[in-house]
Amino acid sequence: MRDPSTPRQQEVLLATPSELRDRIRQLGKPAARADDPRLAQVHAILSELGAQPGPLLPVLHAVQDAFGCIPPELVGPIAEGLNLSRAEVHGVITYYHHFRSEPAGRHVLEVCRAESCQAMGSEALWHEACAGLGLPAGGGTTVDGALTLEPVYCLGLCAQSPAAMLDGHPHARLDTGRMSSLVARSVEAA
Amino acid sequence: MNRIRVFVPRDSAALAVGADEVAARIAALAPAEVEIVRNGSRGMLWLEPLVEVETPLGRVAYGPVAPGDVPSLIEAGFLQGDEHPLLVGITDRLPWLKSQERLTFARVGITDPLSLADYEAHGGLAGWRQAQSLPPAAIVQQVLDSGLRGRGGAAFPAGIKWQTVAAAQAPQKYVVCNADEGDSGTYADRMLMEGDPFLLIEGMAIAGLATGATRGYVYVRSEYPHAIATLREAVASARGAGLLGPHFELEVRKAAGSYVCGEETAMLESLEGRRGIVRAKPPLPALQGLFGQPTVINNVLTFAAVPTVLAKGPLAYRDFGMGRSRGTLPFQLAGNVRRGGLVEKAFGVTLRELMFDYGGGTASGRPLKAAQVGGPLGAYLPESQWDLPLDYEAYAAVGAVVGHGGIVMHDDRADMARLARYAMEFCAIESCGKCTPCRIGSTRGVEVVDRIAAADPQLRPQQVKLLRDLCDTMLHGSLCAMGGMTPYPVLSALNHYPEDFGIAAPGRAAA
Repeated sequence: MRDPSTPRQQEVLLATPSELRDRIRQLGKPAARADDPRLAQVHAILSELGAQPGPLLPVLHAVQDAFGCIPPELVGPIAEGLNLSRAEVHGVITYYHHFRSEPAGRHVLEVCRAESCQAMGSEALWHEACAGLGLPAGGGTTVDGALTLEPVYCLGLCAQSPAAMLDGHPHARLDTGRMSSLVARSVEAA
Repeated sequence: MNRIRVFVPRDSAALAVGADEVAARIAALAPAEVEIVRNGSRGMLWLEPLVEVETPLGRVAYGPVAPGDVPSLIEAGFLQGDEHPLLVGITDRLPWLKSQERLTFARVGITDPLSLADYEAHGGLAGWRQAQSLPPAAIVQQVLDSGLRGRGGAAFPAGIKWQTVAAAQAPQKYVVCNADEGDSGTYADRMLMEGDPFLLIEGMAIAGLATGATRGYVYVRSEYPHAIATLREAVASARGAGLLGPHFELEVRKAAGSYVCGEETAMLESLEGRRGIVRAKPPLPALQGLFGQPTVINNVLTFAAVPTVLAKGPLAYRDFGMGRSRGTLPFQLAGNVRRGGLVEKAFGVTLRELMFDYGGGTASGRPLKAAQVGGPLGAYLPESQWDLPLDYEAYAAVGAVVGHGGIVMHDDRADMARLARYAMEFCAIESCGKCTPCRIGSTRGVEVVDRIAAADPQLRPQQVKLLRDLCDTMLHGSLCAMGGMTPYPVLSALNHYPEDFGIAAPGRAAA
């Protein structure tokens, strides 16, 4: 048994139940420092979008648009601002493919790997691109952080397969040449 | 002199092959009296970017136009509709377009998608005006009489849904448009939202009038940034023009890349700010939908069909189609296709007509092997089924689905066992995880298909039986169509192309 008079224990015992709950919640969780300038931006987003019904997805989109990802240390403030648990927010962020917890490369190339593009040889293009960038078969971000290569399942450009999207701009009727020029363009421009 | 109007589409499909550069080149090189209109796409996607010039004879089309073609086009006198190697002809007289029955897509590619004046000049808002002059029950009756069924894939009669919501008593009702068009091979929703967004808004506003709902949401996938931007702009103008307002507020919500959110209850969860996990039904969303309130949920093309029903009358709409499949469906030719694009036809057209008369066969020039109809959860159809009429019931009878009208063509190089494996793999990636048949079954499915490929030929029948059992469990035990329909592509591949699985053809049972 520990001596109950050690300072750490005493501190805990002196906390109110709700304070205790908050502290337990914070244990081992990354948290933004109070002077983190990003907090002001999160609060601005929350006050703009937080009051509507079902606000979580619009808020997360706005946060990701602002910072390029949803940094784990901002999950707490978002949860608090929306009166949700951290687990609920974390669950939503990790459920949806679109949300990321770490920043992507300076450019993002999403290559369609769905049926229509498969019918026009997208699998070969995908594997060539991965190999050319030194990435594993599942894609990822290049070591220098220039480019993130990701699969996407349909861009709605299925009559002009194979298709891809570079930084939100659609490209279709790809072949090895057009694909490598897309990759080269973003690696150089980085 | 009169201004010369040149049309360069702003549809993503045109942007993806350089339409912005073409428009910029024309603006830089053409004389000052040329006005460039950024229209939607005509749907002849193999010709994009398709540039049109207004002439006394009608609009003359050139395509596909690369930025480098612009100087020679101007030199050849394309601004007067003169001859050039890229000349396609007078757009409205092209057989590919002329033979279609464009009701929903009547304006797409013709008008400036964000000009409300243009929309009205081409027949827009007529349905809404008609609806305003009718009592709500009469609007619902017209939708019922039209025979319109949900265009998202499930084909449930739209009027019955509307009737249920209209009859429900609640402080707040909602209209939700499912624009999470995640199926590979489908792009009609995207083309409509980018090419004629006011039509969707009008259809949803009519649903509001009919059911007493005063708030609406359009849930659009994040993979469609241009559709989202176009819709948001259109919503702002519609508010200014009084189509939207306190009587009916509309918000465009961006999804976040989850395929299963195309399932209506998962979509509601997502709109409410949660993980897109499927809900058990009942309660039906029509009674307890968004935020627990009565909610009309329809697909983009369902809402977009409604203004036509109101403007032209339900019987005029009903006159198209066959059996219990009434009206038209915008079919989408995709995959390995020579002339891919959007073909709006009445139900009853055959796959062969679409894939060969319109599509011109494969892009590769090789023999066509299979066509997957209705997205990743739709069956693969072999040549013996290409002459069936596209009708919900006729397709259901052979274990296939019309779905959202997407047709993905594969040439003879396609490995059907690999595509079956992919169907299971896709389900494993996208399953929401709520029910076991889908969550676990899809992973086991990938493994079994792998074992069939690897197995000693003598042991293969045993693994095939296992795959069939698994499909049976998924088909009957899953909570929603994600797990419940993944067996369609798998079993159809197995039944129609057994040689790709390394087995001899057994009795060709329907999937």
